[in-house]
Amino acid sequence: MSDDKSKEVHKIPQTTPRYSATFDEYTNSEIRRAAATGIYDIRGAGSKRKLPHFDDLLFLGASVSRYPLEGYREKCGTDVVLGTRFAKKPIHLKTPVTIAGMSFGSLSGPAKESLGRGATAAGTSTTTGDGGMTQEERGHSTTLVYQYLPSRYGMNPDDLRKADAIELVIGQGAKPGGGGMLLGQKITARVAKMRCLPEGIDQRSSCRHPDWTGPDDLEIKIAELREITDWEKPIYVKIGATRPYFDVALAVKAGADVIVLDGMQGGTAATQEVFIEHVGIPILAAIRPAVKALQDLGVYRNGKDSVQLIVSGGIRNGADVAKAIALGADAVAIGTAALIALGDNDPHLEEEYQKLGTTAGAYDDWHEGKDPAGITTQDPELMKRVDPIKAGHRLANYIAVMTMEAQVVARACGKSHLHNLEPEDLVALTIEASAMAQVPLAGTSWIPGVSKF
Amino acid sequence: METLKFDLDTKPLREVNQFLHGDASSLNGKKVVIENPNGAHNVAVGLKAEVDVTIKGHAGYYAAGMNQIAKVTIEGSAGSGVAENMMSGVVHVKGFASNAAGATANGGLLIIDGDAGLRTGIAMKGVDIVVGGSVGSFSAFMAQAGNFVILGDAGEGLGDSIYEAKLFVRGKVKSLGADCEEKTMNAEDKQILADLLKKSGHADVSPDSFKQYGSARTLYHFHVDNAGAY
Repeated sequence: MSDDKSKEVHKIPQTTPRYSATFDEYTNSEIRRAAATGIYDIRGAGSKRKLPHFDDLLFLGASVSRYPLEGYREKCGTDVVLGTRFAKKPIHLKTPVTIAGMSFGSLSGPAKESLGRGATAAGTSTTTGDGGMTQEERGHSTTLVYQYLPSRYGMNPDDLRKADAIELVIGQGAKPGGGGMLLGQKITARVAKMRCLPEGIDQRSSCRHPDWTGPDDLEIKIAELREITDWEKPIYVKIGATRPYFDVALAVKAGADVIVLDGMQGGTAATQEVFIEHVGIPILAAIRPAVKALQDLGVYRNGKDSVQLIVSGGIRNGADVAKAIALGADAVAIGTAALIALGDNDPHLEEEYQKLGTTAGAYDDWHEGKDPAGITTQDPELMKRVDPIKAGHRLANYIAVMTMEAQVVARACGKSHLHNLEPEDLVALTIEASAMAQVPLAGTSWIPGVSKF
Repeated sequence: METLKFDLDTKPLREVNQFLHGDASSLNGKKVVIENPNGAHNVAVGLKAEVDVTIKGHAGYYAAGMNQIAKVTIEGSAGSGVAENMMSGVVHVKGFASNAAGATANGGLLIIDGDAGLRTGIAMKGVDIVVGGSVGSFSAFMAQAGNFVILGDAGEGLGDSIYEAKLFVRGKVKSLGADCEEKTMNAEDKQILADLLKKSGHADVSPDSFKQYGSARTLYHFHVDNAGAY
């Protein structure tokens, strides 16, 4: 009798093991890691979660109501001029794809040289980062934007004068409200000397500028930078996307020539995981309010008085470029994508990524300085793996492809310049993207928050 | 020595600064007097020649900002960020200085005869600063390098998260910031202090009347046990 009962139990169908959506595998592993170490997780790169993004938008190509341009014959301009408002020497670029600010220190010297070479070959600009300007970088970059950061590490007026434009950094998308971080493994003698820090320490960059607070002070600070450089150079103001309408309006009022707006997908060299994933908003949600601020202040596409908008955070291909521009940007910046083009997270290094407990494509412990690709490291042996000429060539190729892809889309929409793309060329695939980008849900005329369904 | 006068009541600041950015060969050894500054911001910023500039009155923000080589004297008080990011040369404020005086400065000598405001010497990177009076709270925050002499008192949180800068205070310190501690002054440090007192017009003040502060270096590396200190 009892034997029969136990046989019956065996016959009851079992449910398959079920992971909690709340306590998923990654979450549990983080709880275990935190419990073991007692310190928050630090990593590089930007937000890894699934976010409303440019993928959620589609272009409406030309048809009966509009006519397209011939793909290979009719002109579709890609050039962009930045800093027309106050600077004597605005920046002229052949493509709207620029290279975002990344520091020497977080990146190796050869990686910075590669970015300069690639950007120069592509006819675009590259940007310094926390820690100052290196000779390699200035030497290999035709157009170099010099970041002016809260830490002022390596900041000096000679380099300021050598720059083609100055980017006053208030924040970045990965960590709006946070300062930089460079851990001891990467504070080599050279990096330490440039930043005036003891070698090997865990460096904490300040999150606020030391000598100004608030928009009224910012206006005086921008005026100082202009005075020191004799009003020659465009002054960009970079902000992490949080309250884009107000932040952009205040930066414009303070005298910015160009606004750089970075969404939460934008990468960082190192910060707390919790910061990257939970502070800031996706770039898709930030562009329209930023453009609205420029429009309200009369500086949007208004001839010489214009303030240009550069957006960044998750730009990967020509479609993203075209969508960002259609939403109102004048140019975009790439960081993570540029590093991948140089060779970061490349599958041919899989064996070495495995040794670091990760896999190609997921490696984000950039702060540890052990990058097998030689990019996010200061290890003299590892950095030899970057051939600046070859890596620069790959980057130039990649930027050329993005630019051509954006042209393909623009021509299909009948535009003779990328800047002629407009929100009316777009529809959204999801209600979220529709609300954020303020373009109609595909097949409807509905924009949540703007019109009634 | 040839003296040139500019009156900011009639001459735009832009023209004065442009003149001061001229070729070192034409500026070296010149004496320049700027009259009626009336609190104008960004006066004599970005100088890079051996020129002696006197500002006859009060200056606004960032006076003598990013100074290189030049000597700038302010015969009045200075607004926020006087001599910010100075590289070399001398900036002398005869009156008081507002917040963030000498912020992130890499070199040279900043002398303030009166009191200085909040965050004096914030993130200093090698400059020497001598304040004749007292300094406000959060002074020498994240100070990286250089020497900071305070003849009066210091406010709250002096030297918070300090790196390798040396602080010398004659008066009272309201409180020290995280990772800042009193140090024993060795002969070499006493010499640095004596030299700075001499250079800044305080030769009569004894170095023995100062206490020295610097980094305890316990926050140089992230460690779970330090979490409470931040």
